[in-house]
Amino acid sequence: MGFETLEKIENEFQTFQILNENGEIVNKAAEPDLSDDQLRELMRRMVYTRVLDQRSISLNRQGRLGFYAPTAGQEASQLASHFALEKEDFILPGYRDVPQIIWHGLPLYKAFLFSIGHFQGNQIPDDLNILPPQIIIGAQIIQAAGVALGLKMRNKKAVAVTYTGDGGSSQGDFYEGINFAGVYQVPAIFFIQNNRFAISTPVELQTNAKTLAQKAVAAGIPGIQVDGMDPLAVYVVTKKARERALNGEGPTLIETLTYRYGPHTMAGDDPTRYRSDELDNEWEKKDPIVRFRKYLEAKNLWSEKDEEQTIEQAQEEIKEAIQKADNTPKQKVTDLLGMMFEEMPKNIEEQMEEYKAKESK
Amino acid sequence: MAQMTMIQAITDALRTELRNDENVLVFGEDVGVNGGVFRATEGLQEEFGKDRVFDTPLAESAISGLAIGLALQGFRPVPEIQFFGFVYETMDAISGQMARMRFRTGGTRHSPITIRSPFGGGVKTPEMHADSLEGLMAQQPGLKVVIPSTPYDAKGLLIASIRDNDPVIFLEHMKLYRSFRQEVPEEEYTIEIGKADVKREGKDISIIAYGAMVHASLKAAEELEKEGIQAEVIDLRTVSPLDVDAIVQSVEKTNRAIVVQEAQKQAGVAANVVAEINDRAILSLEAPVLRVTAPDTIYPFSAAEDVWLPSYKDIVETAKKVIDF
Repeated sequence: MGFETLEKIENEFQTFQILNENGEIVNKAAEPDLSDDQLRELMRRMVYTRVLDQRSISLNRQGRLGFYAPTAGQEASQLASHFALEKEDFILPGYRDVPQIIWHGLPLYKAFLFSIGHFQGNQIPDDLNILPPQIIIGAQIIQAAGVALGLKMRNKKAVAVTYTGDGGSSQGDFYEGINFAGVYQVPAIFFIQNNRFAISTPVELQTNAKTLAQKAVAAGIPGIQVDGMDPLAVYVVTKKARERALNGEGPTLIETLTYRYGPHTMAGDDPTRYRSDELDNEWEKKDPIVRFRKYLEAKNLWSEKDEEQTIEQAQEEIKEAIQKADNTPKQKVTDLLGMMFEEMPKNIEEQMEEYKAKESK
Repeated sequence: MAQMTMIQAITDALRTELRNDENVLVFGEDVGVNGGVFRATEGLQEEFGKDRVFDTPLAESAISGLAIGLALQGFRPVPEIQFFGFVYETMDAISGQMARMRFRTGGTRHSPITIRSPFGGGVKTPEMHADSLEGLMAQQPGLKVVIPSTPYDAKGLLIASIRDNDPVIFLEHMKLYRSFRQEVPEEEYTIEIGKADVKREGKDISIIAYGAMVHASLKAAEELEKEGIQAEVIDLRTVSPLDVDAIVQSVEKTNRAIVVQEAQKQAGVAANVVAEINDRAILSLEAPVLRVTAPDTIYPFSAAEDVWLPSYKDIVETAKKVIDF
């Protein structure tokens, strides 16, 4: 009668892995054809981003940054997926996905301005294909379907890529977005970074589904579960999804199994209320940077000196960027009124006059 | 010139802009093969192809989300929400996303989207089809809310809305779709968004209305005339932003005003109009500005519409109260 179909389907979703937590290749056939320089660059980006995360947390604690969602632990999911993309691809990030848009080309000081709460952080250069980080969970997924449909209609060789978390896969917009993408067979890649907790709610309370990747089945699109702590596996799956999309084979849903070491955000979340030390330790053993370092060291592609240089460079650039952010002129109400419409309607015009007068006092 | 119903004028406007601008896309539930449940998109898929006029899955949130994404690729989407009562399903995509796009990107991206949707009561629909939710939209900064009351206005306003580089909620009162015909030019023309129209001149009282209530107000004005009262009927045409100049100009002439809306009384567009008159023209008034609205219940079951909806008689009665104050 078909009642047994669910179990059969669920068991088909196996975690794709290439590099295990000891830095050993466990799937030789799938090992990507990345040059030494590319491998080193991916490592550099992960180390750099880990430093950025640490500095951002510390700047937040000093009161120099505002809203910040820590990224440590998710570097492979975020940066190895991004590493498979091209400049013309369009990224619709969630709020934790600032690293991807930085490596796509968003100047670092703008990322800091976003955190501080300054509109200039969200002003996107014309040639940069991103949106600012989305705050409403899942809202970016339906927009990604639209961007991807636009890319398809324009015959552009590019994909729309969007990121959400395990919690995001419970939203209506998630289902609507992947379903629309399936119907129109658009070039889109939907990432679920399953870091096991939506703030405090564990993934077991998000869904009775065994995997989040299997949600693709209902939309009639491929769904892949990948070891999100394995940069090589994430890269390979993303690269493949992108190729398929560009070949007109439609969208892909990718679930990366990952973990955020830090709190949900820096606004008072205390992970010890909902996560055990054992679980933290278990996941820290899977660390993407540790395993990638082992892999590269065995190939003689990464040294302590490389690591130090990367950390130093990151610290230097962060210092410059936060200064630049700090030196950005303060926002005025007239700035805000001026961003509402292309042409000011009367109410805005009147309030503009009112605030101009106030601001000139 | 041709005689057109409002629905024909709307189709004509869509066709005009689909021809004018290859970036214009029309989509929504049943808008393609079926031509829309009210036939607003009749024949458009045939003429412009399935890439430009297309059916969507049944999911309002993604319809708006799709529009936002397409706009980011330089398209000018004109999605349809099949009935405006379904807008709650897509409130985030509209108010949380589309309306904020220009602002949240610091002016570097925008949403040139026109959402068309039938609304309004008196046509015996099931629940959630007839509500007047323009007040909800008018409260959202970043949106323009346009409500035509005639075929002529519908065409000019819809073309203007589609050409606007900010999101417009274009609400089409279902009762007006086929209620009368009017001369509508076959060539293109626009009517400026945010401009009211004097639908009948008078010197004794201003009746400020929009949508189907414009016609109830015109009928009320005829009744009042029989008693020697000359009412001026102002059709707002756009409820956000309001044409405060036109409102004030009329009130300064008549010194009396009532505001009519089909929506419930609480909050709402009429309250905003009263507040603007209060701010700008209170010393011209000979009497308080009163409102004619529906009562503050949930939109009623269809057999109760007749007793619930504001009628021309309510308008006459309220106008007299203000005159006799």
